[in-house]
Amino acid sequence: MTTRLFGEPVPRREDPRLLTGNGRYLDDLGRDALAAAFVRSPHAHARIRDIDVGPALDVEGLVAIYTFEDLPERVGRPLPLLIPHPALTHGRTAYPLAKDVVRHVGEPVAMVVATDRYAAEDACALIEVDYEPLKPVVGLEEAVQGAQLVHEDVPGNVGAHLVQEVAGADGRGAREAIEASPHTLAFRLDIERSASMPLEGRGVYARWDGRDLRVYSSTQTSTSVRMAVAAALGLPLPQVEVIAPDVGGGFGVKIVHPWPEEILLPWAAMTLGREIKWTEDRREHFISSAHERGQVQYVRVGFDDDGRVLGLDVTILHDHGAYTPYGIIVPIVTSTQLLGPYKIGSYRVEFSAVYTNTVQVTPYRGAGRPQGVFCMERTMDKIAWHLGKDRTEVRAANFIQPGEFPYDQGMTFQDGRPLIYDSGDYPEMLRMIKELIGWDDFERAPGRGIGIGCYVEGTGVGPYEGGHVQVTSDGRVHVSTGLTSQGQGHETVFAQIAAAELGVPIERVSVVTGDTRRFGYAVGTFASRAAVVSGNAIALACRKVREKALRIAADALEADPSDLQITDGLVHVAGAPGASIPLSTVAVLSNPLRYAFDEEAAKATQFSGTASPDRPPVAEEEEPGLEGRDYYSPIRSTFAAGMHAAVVETDPDTAEIKVVRYAVVHDCGRLINPMIVEGQIHGGVAQGIGGALYERMAYDSHGQLVNASFMDFLMPYATEIPHIETDHLETPSPLNPLGIKGAGEAGVIPVSAVIASAIEDAEGIEIDRMPISPSDLFALRSTHHP
Amino acid sequence: MEHEITLVVNGAARRVSVPARRLLSDCLRHDLGLTGTHVGCEHGVCGCCTVLLDGRPVRSCLTFAVTVDGCEITTVEGLAGADGLSPVQRAFAECHGLQCGFCTPGFLCTVTALLRDNPAPTDEEVLEGVSGNLCRCTGYQNIVKAVHRAAELLAEEA
Repeated sequence: MTTRLFGEPVPRREDPRLLTGNGRYLDDLGRDALAAAFVRSPHAHARIRDIDVGPALDVEGLVAIYTFEDLPERVGRPLPLLIPHPALTHGRTAYPLAKDVVRHVGEPVAMVVATDRYAAEDACALIEVDYEPLKPVVGLEEAVQGAQLVHEDVPGNVGAHLVQEVAGADGRGAREAIEASPHTLAFRLDIERSASMPLEGRGVYARWDGRDLRVYSSTQTSTSVRMAVAAALGLPLPQVEVIAPDVGGGFGVKIVHPWPEEILLPWAAMTLGREIKWTEDRREHFISSAHERGQVQYVRVGFDDDGRVLGLDVTILHDHGAYTPYGIIVPIVTSTQLLGPYKIGSYRVEFSAVYTNTVQVTPYRGAGRPQGVFCMERTMDKIAWHLGKDRTEVRAANFIQPGEFPYDQGMTFQDGRPLIYDSGDYPEMLRMIKELIGWDDFERAPGRGIGIGCYVEGTGVGPYEGGHVQVTSDGRVHVSTGLTSQGQGHETVFAQIAAAELGVPIERVSVVTGDTRRFGYAVGTFASRAAVVSGNAIALACRKVREKALRIAADALEADPSDLQITDGLVHVAGAPGASIPLSTVAVLSNPLRYAFDEEAAKATQFSGTASPDRPPVAEEEEPGLEGRDYYSPIRSTFAAGMHAAVVETDPDTAEIKVVRYAVVHDCGRLINPMIVEGQIHGGVAQGIGGALYERMAYDSHGQLVNASFMDFLMPYATEIPHIETDHLETPSPLNPLGIKGAGEAGVIPVSAVIASAIEDAEGIEIDRMPISPSDLFALRSTHHP
Repeated sequence: MEHEITLVVNGAARRVSVPARRLLSDCLRHDLGLTGTHVGCEHGVCGCCTVLLDGRPVRSCLTFAVTVDGCEITTVEGLAGADGLSPVQRAFAECHGLQCGFCTPGFLCTVTALLRDNPAPTDEEVLEGVSGNLCRCTGYQNIVKAVHRAAELLAEEA
């Protein structure tokens, strides 16, 4: 029984508490804490002349007001630039509270602490900030002209510029190859902004007891928040603990850290000697958390009569918003993952990461891949259109073949390591998606089209994750890992891995994530990496525990460890079920005791006669306890892949676009829990459809986000999402012990490309932007058929 | 100025003193400690804060607590019976109708009322019924499946 847990749709262990209102999300904690609220800039770009807090001082319940001037030097420093890169020559990050200048609407200017949130917001409303408005930089075109600067010391508003080029087999560069190609095309693609938009915003709750600081944060990385907080506050690391409680979705935005509030709340808690909590509201999330997507791409491609790409030259303008705390990960991912499942003759990609007076851009599920895939898949469709070929035929002509793995794309990936695909079978996947959607039998009609999109996703990036596994004397198994959970079902899948590795019933396994008190070393949950990196670390830790358990049991049973098995929590001699010892007893024996706290523990005490009097109770090179810790550090990413196809119908009069069918074939190596993987795919596709058809950040020329509410930023409801048909291909990863690849972001990656492909097919009009709204389509029709 | 009100929450009368501007969602969460009701937008769009007010689903973030003095309120904490999870809750678990769980209490309250009024909804009616609740994790497919499954469970147990 226990051996079949891996790969089974095991029901989620998280659900009972989440279904009964017993989850513990950030704002559910700290009922008696003081509340913080923030004065945020109403201007996209302005100099702060003066802040007058006087009018707010009489608000009943007011405890404190802080501006930049009130912060100690260390606390007031610019927030860290998390991922430096040599090409990011002009990286800039914000101050926790604005110093002299604000650079986007929503930038925090003052923090108010009061007895409750209502009072704190009353005080915020009365603080008078005297701004001298400056001309804002909005939109990529305006930014690259460089007439106005977001940062005075960043000429041309360019924070980073990076070129990567891979020559073809003949040694020719992309531009040369394109010039020499029988066919060439050039075009521009426009990709709008969207955002992670988890239903629970960010939040921080800080407690200081005079010596130790405990911080709860709705974060995707508690270990890194801990280190950042300790550094900013000058506290010894062991005096700081950070816990991610139940987190109501992340999708990337919560991997950024430390947010201003993650520094300011703990500092204020220490300064005031009081518990303080801040819960982000939805408007704050729109204007002060992060956005993503947002690129203009200029593409030139050369190809032969079969549609094989001979040269591809892409220039990307990437809108980074006002700051670059997360480095240039998003455009790096775009420019590398653009290549997808294809062998491109020669490839040149160049991007400029550009500042604008808008909310900063950091990864949102897909993290640059949707833009890259949009570019490559639009290119494939245009080639097919140009040559009059079937779109799948052109893709197939360019595929990396199953025999060509490991396949080196010749680029440097987001982890600083070579972009080498580990495994995959793209022709088989294409066959499967064509069959699933019925590609060859599709009946095209006016206003009815079919589209396809392919992608490869580097998942499970390092540097590492760890796992700790402890079997206690009651036979329970306690698993912990440092990375966090935001709905992915880690408590379930990690328990499946541990139960299968140890041979115990899953009911006995419990899992803790994102709590630095339990596990201090981790990176975080992003880049579809948790199952790959923590999953393997936990498996390796379990193998250590198993080995130790068998050693102790072999002693007790006077058997050879290699003859022993563990089944249902019982260590027994293979083929002789009578000779056995429960894992709980092994745990007792592993920890020699002086004091018995119950009957079972008495077996390990000094007069019980179980231990040899001639050896130390804890043998050399052994440790007490049945526990193990191990780490998994991948040499490089493992590459999942997928192909999606959709059928859309467009209304001849209103230009409304309806997705009537959506099919996904997905390969994430070995599946731990197919139910959870499918759920991840469904959710990703829904976010993708949002990005393809509805979601955009509507900044006006003043840098005001005019749709900063759920009334105006259109996230899909159930009525917008079609039934999603899925099929799985499993090409195990040769890079890790469990053979798994990541699945978290998969669903979202190709959707805009697929929908554009299908609309183009239905309308006969080239679709070069995302999202595409009915108004956009209506306008395109008017241009093409005036 | 504070107002003394009585709310009958999940069958128990609770007296609480609130300012007129206190939102029902804040009153439930912070005054009564019933944190199962979540707040996702505070402008009545996402549906996370949905509770049953005299049996009808309402947005507790758009309701002042003082305006519902004397009313009966059911929150997610009140859905399970003495013998365990309600059929709607069980169906959501069985069909993997939740991931992060933040929107879930609103869906559970909405669906509980939906199936009480219409025990055998069609596909269209289910979509319509949950079309006022946002979920950013599941893509809704398993939520829709869970609603149908809950209808089956309710029918079996009727």
